[in-house]
Amino acid sequence: MGGMVTVFRRELAGYFATPVAYVFIVIFLVMAGALTFTLGNFFARGQADLQPFFTFVPWLFLFLVPALTMRLWAEERRLGTIELLLTLPLAQWEAVVGKFLAAWAFCAIALALTFPLVITVNLLGNPDNGVILTGYLGCLMVAGAFLAVGAAISALTKNQVIAFVLAVAACFFLTAAGSPVVTEFLSQRVPQLADIARSISITERLGGFTRGVISARDVVFFASFMAFFLFANTIAIDQRKAD
Amino acid sequence: MTALIEIERLTKRFGAFTAVDDVTFSVAKGEVLGFLGPNGAGKSTTMRMLAGFMTPTSGTARICGEDVVDRPVPAKRHLGFLPEGAPTYPEMTVTGFLQFCGRARGFHGSALGDRVAHAMSLTQLEGVRLQPVETLSKGFKRRVGLAAALLHDPAVLVLDEPTDGLDPNQKHEVRNLIRAMAPNKAIVISTHILEEVAAVCTRAVVIARGRVVADATPAELAAKGPTMDAVFRALTLPEVEAA
Repeated sequence: MGGMVTVFRRELAGYFATPVAYVFIVIFLVMAGALTFTLGNFFARGQADLQPFFTFVPWLFLFLVPALTMRLWAEERRLGTIELLLTLPLAQWEAVVGKFLAAWAFCAIALALTFPLVITVNLLGNPDNGVILTGYLGCLMVAGAFLAVGAAISALTKNQVIAFVLAVAACFFLTAAGSPVVTEFLSQRVPQLADIARSISITERLGGFTRGVISARDVVFFASFMAFFLFANTIAIDQRKAD
Repeated sequence: MTALIEIERLTKRFGAFTAVDDVTFSVAKGEVLGFLGPNGAGKSTTMRMLAGFMTPTSGTARICGEDVVDRPVPAKRHLGFLPEGAPTYPEMTVTGFLQFCGRARGFHGSALGDRVAHAMSLTQLEGVRLQPVETLSKGFKRRVGLAAALLHDPAVLVLDEPTDGLDPNQKHEVRNLIRAMAPNKAIVISTHILEEVAAVCTRAVVIARGRVVADATPAELAAKGPTMDAVFRALTLPEVEAA
């Protein structure tokens, strides 16, 4: 456990020691704000909630989260520091989970910095702040799922571009699987696949959270999804650490 | 004398290529083993397996009696390892990097501070303690890696080309440091600089094409031919000698 905390601290400090953190946070906040107020019709809807914001978060994370995860292991391989990290007396899962939690905490910081939106809706109307809280929780779950997939992909390559592109593709697949375009297409042609697509869809799961519902099914889905990919990450590092 | 490093029939294959072929040797406390060989002979691969970074295809390696594959974390606690090229996290300061390594080894609070200060004084890093590693010269980077390997005063030191990239004065200091630590440790240093073996090592193992071709004291090795260079060539390039 101590090793995990050590890795977590180093990683989280690492984001803020380079421009990565500031570029990520600024772009995320600008895009989130712009999309919410323009495409999301924040004012014209006349409703005091953050529904438009929550709708866009997965699409923003879709390409921002892979930008975080692409370097997690690929960079360690390129610099050779993986040799240093994995010859310290820590279990491999400690390094994997420490890195993941640091990236997740970083996403939580970025999400928390969208607090002016919460203030805005509270000034303009009387929103249900419980629903807003569960919506944020859902966004955090989406970030965790994307991070787990992206980190596992990063563990398989030393090329950051490959890690990025594959992670975007995987996240896109998870996001778009529940969209009407995909599910309608599938239900007309291969109805069996339509149900599967809906059940692995991140957007479908997020929908519950943004309506204020925390269902055990969704929580179990996200938890097991993350656990599975962290496990895969540990195996990938163990098998291919020296490649 | 008990052997702190025991390597038995260690073999590593990459596909059809055998990088390390049936290597056996052990190193007792007080010994400084020079691991010699031309580039690509399998020196780094052997050291990586000993450090628990690469998994051997067959054979075993033990550090202080702990098998590096079966009990990796206890084995790594006794080990100070300087990987080839001395990789470090570029954005971290010297102090930050050494503190990270110390924390990963379970030091906290004032004990951590003392360890870091001691390691920096051994390797003369005090002058650059707050500089990011990426701004340092090659010689300093190498010494940062060395400081990280020495930090916890390990019983076993495995140093892959510790003096590579150092100027003659720095080489002299590192050799003095190794000689000073030698009585209480088992040390393996890999090198292709022959003078280094005569300068610091009590024993030399010569490896060529993955196989051990000589295991003797530097004096015995030197007695085999007119010069160390000639002996090295004769051992590692038998076909040239025969022609």
